[in-house]
Amino acid sequence: MNIVEADGEELLVGKHLVTEAELAEYMAATDNASPGQGAKMVARAWTDAEYRALMLRDGTQAAEAMNIPMRGMPPLGVLENTDSVHNLIVCTLCSCYPKAVLGYPPFWYKSAAYRSRAVRDPRGLLAEFHTTLPEGVKLQVVDSTADYRWMVLPKRPAGTEGWNVDQLAAIVREGDMVGVTVPSV
Amino acid sequence: MTFSPGDTVLVRDDWPEARGSAHIRTPYYLRGHKGRVLRYLGDHPNPEDLAFARPAAKRSLYHVSFPMAELWPEGGEDADVIVEIYEHWLERP
Repeated sequence: MNIVEADGEELLVGKHLVTEAELAEYMAATDNASPGQGAKMVARAWTDAEYRALMLRDGTQAAEAMNIPMRGMPPLGVLENTDSVHNLIVCTLCSCYPKAVLGYPPFWYKSAAYRSRAVRDPRGLLAEFHTTLPEGVKLQVVDSTADYRWMVLPKRPAGTEGWNVDQLAAIVREGDMVGVTVPSV
Repeated sequence: MTFSPGDTVLVRDDWPEARGSAHIRTPYYLRGHKGRVLRYLGDHPNPEDLAFARPAAKRSLYHVSFPMAELWPEGGEDADVIVEIYEHWLERP
């Protein structure tokens, strides 16, 4: 713990804004958040239809079902990529990102170039990530502006038939859950 | 909750930031544009007040879809932009 954290903790706890236990819980949740958690949710959704339905209906509950702490976090929404729709997440106003399930955003997510091109030149932007959408796929750019945080449930790639959830989770990258890339094997 | 999925809505062409300090979650590029309500996203304390530590009444939030081709002078791509917008920024056209 550095001096800023120590002073911050003393103030927050000293003024009874939070308890020490709450602060410890929040710091542990922040430390543990990584794209691996989102990937586990995706892998389960690919193998469990009931979980997939829950995830699309209520992302927060779906995260909690995987023991990802969501208390105090903004509501999580999950949008599904299908044969006809591809979702791409951006926050043009700032850098809203589903940190609870993906951890800290990659550096490019906060860049002015990413944020402006996503809503004006999204296919050109996807090309920079070597992603080309098949003909006839509708591109839906999700500008995350207010109270929700959004993540993408990518399409399960061909060639993964019979894989278990650990094998599936291992191929899901953070970019796949933002929509700049798609999982492949 | 005033709007229903499928309703056509117009984002108010208003610029409160030109009149003083403001915190706004409605992107510039959507103001004055028409979209379609996709879904209601619940009621939330108005972030425009929260940002200034003022008492914040709950406002309805909607997911609204806009055709990208109508947003930009060059015509734009064949894509939709979907954005969370608070009810007080939406009108019936």
